[in-house]
Amino acid sequence: MPGFLLRRIGRAVLLVIVVSSAALILVHAAPGNPCSEIGDDQARARIECGRLGLDRPLIEQYARWVRGAMTLDLGQSIRYNRPVAALLAEHVPRTLMLGTAALLLAVGAGIPLGVAGGAQPDRWWARIITAVSMLLVSVPPLITSLVLLLIAVRTGWPIGGPDVPADAGAWSRIGITARSLMLPALALALPIAAMLERLQARAVADALREPCVLAGLARGISRRRAVWNHALRLSLKPVLSILGIVVGSVLSGSLVVEIVMNWPGIGALTYQALLGRDLFLAAGCAAAASTFLAAGVLASDIALASVDPRLREP
Amino acid sequence: MTTRGQRIGAAMLALIGALALGAPFFAPDSPSVQHADLAYAPPMRVRIVHEGQLRRPFVYPVHVVDRLERRFAADTSAPQPIRFFSDGRLFTTSAAWFALGADPLGRDVLTRILYGGQLSLSVAAIAVLVTLVIGALIGAVAGYAGGRVDRALMTLSDFIVILPTAYVLLTLRASMPLTLSTPAVFWTMVGVLAAASWPLPARGVRAIVAAERRQPYAEAAYAAGAGPLRILLRHLLPAAAGHLATQAFLLFPAFILAEATLSYLGLGFAEPSASWGVMLQDSARVATIVEAPWLMTPAIAVVFAVFATHLLTRDQAPKT
Repeated sequence: MPGFLLRRIGRAVLLVIVVSSAALILVHAAPGNPCSEIGDDQARARIECGRLGLDRPLIEQYARWVRGAMTLDLGQSIRYNRPVAALLAEHVPRTLMLGTAALLLAVGAGIPLGVAGGAQPDRWWARIITAVSMLLVSVPPLITSLVLLLIAVRTGWPIGGPDVPADAGAWSRIGITARSLMLPALALALPIAAMLERLQARAVADALREPCVLAGLARGISRRRAVWNHALRLSLKPVLSILGIVVGSVLSGSLVVEIVMNWPGIGALTYQALLGRDLFLAAGCAAAASTFLAAGVLASDIALASVDPRLREP
Repeated sequence: MTTRGQRIGAAMLALIGALALGAPFFAPDSPSVQHADLAYAPPMRVRIVHEGQLRRPFVYPVHVVDRLERRFAADTSAPQPIRFFSDGRLFTTSAAWFALGADPLGRDVLTRILYGGQLSLSVAAIAVLVTLVIGALIGAVAGYAGGRVDRALMTLSDFIVILPTAYVLLTLRASMPLTLSTPAVFWTMVGVLAAASWPLPARGVRAIVAAERRQPYAEAAYAAGAGPLRILLRHLLPAAAGHLATQAFLLFPAFILAEATLSYLGLGFAEPSASWGVMLQDSARVATIVEAPWLMTPAIAVVFAVFATHLLTRDQAPKT
């Protein structure tokens, strides 16, 4: 197991390095001069440009960025004129919050509903679950966000990032944050919950046909126990194996949800960085997002390996 | 064997495709005609009762009462009969008629949804074709060559598969000029979608080709003197046709959503061309959503098309 773990961690680190470097190079390759984003004053822009090293060749800027990254100095954002690391420190927790809440909602709703629906697919309620999740799988985060925004405005629910007053106590701080987190988390969770429900239902239906579950039923264990104990365990493997993909779609979705619902996280920051040709900020965002991703993939690998030892080898 | 759900899905897809292709016939208006005085006009209901009397279907024309508050009033004294099969359109009226309301420039939303389908569906369909061709080629090369080439290509595809699609699409698209002509946007989007999605078909094709090339029929073709290109194209790739068809129906809805998202974010098609994503941009401001919720109707078209494809493929592997 330790060797397996080391290999997987090495792969995760490689992912972060490759992705953030690729972002830096792609944004650098984009037409237009990042210096022109600094301001209208030509002379000042040129000085500023020189200070940030933006007039140097790509290879030199890249080397400088890598050297800085070793000490967590991720360079300077052109647009905000602040260190990228500080900006990330502000935005990463918000995306982490949004993603975790959405993941909890999606797993909490999708998995039990999937098990229940997959075990008794011919019941009327199972048909409703199937129909609803078939529909929700077809609704992207963009549209769930827009619809929820409409509902929020009609009902007066707060929209946008958490607007916490500076003098708020710990509890009201948590309350305000939770209230404004609700809608974006829901917008992000709905399509993913539906995807998990579909997958779980299929996995449970397959697991119920496995000989070991049939043997249990024949031995006289209750149907309930066969479903929620035996089949559930068997069905977790296909679901766990897409955990990495789920983390990827949470990230993808949060990018859209954050922009549409004005939730100031990594996704919204990435969007601004890309449009503003803010290359160090873009690279920093890519590093942060790919760290989330690598963590998800790693968690998925470890969970799978602990369920099925055969997977520890390569 | 086809299930009822699959037949319904196929019918829905055929319907939306026909509506988009036949937009000049089905749409009541032209997608670029602006009724400047009727910006944000609400949907106009089709009625059949005028002053207590049954009549052929008609609408009451609207005019603006208060431009600032965007209040409109229906003119109930002058019903406009809906004319069928005139001016080369299925139905139309002599005055402006907005079945689904008007957009901020006073254009008919229904008309633009139908025309928007042309762009949204065709970019998705062409991107699917390009993705399949690239994926099949790379997969075939990897499966046929084996060894180091195979490992390199599959490591690359594993890497791309794991990345969050929205980030990849946005980054690739943002690394190109932001404002482009509509055809240029079209091909850029096709390229970006294909670049982000080729690994999905490639992995399956690689597995099939690697297994099939050891089959006696492939050996026989080799023994008969066929070159690698001929063996691949004539003998091995047909074995992957089923897999490619499955992938096509998984990619198509994903690409429709990708177009909508990219265009909404300002990185896809742009005004004045009509696509579902471009139209959704009109509902980007919260105030607009509340005052003119009909601007969100393109979302229904998107969901309809995606849902139809899901119905069609529901018994195949889920999108993973």
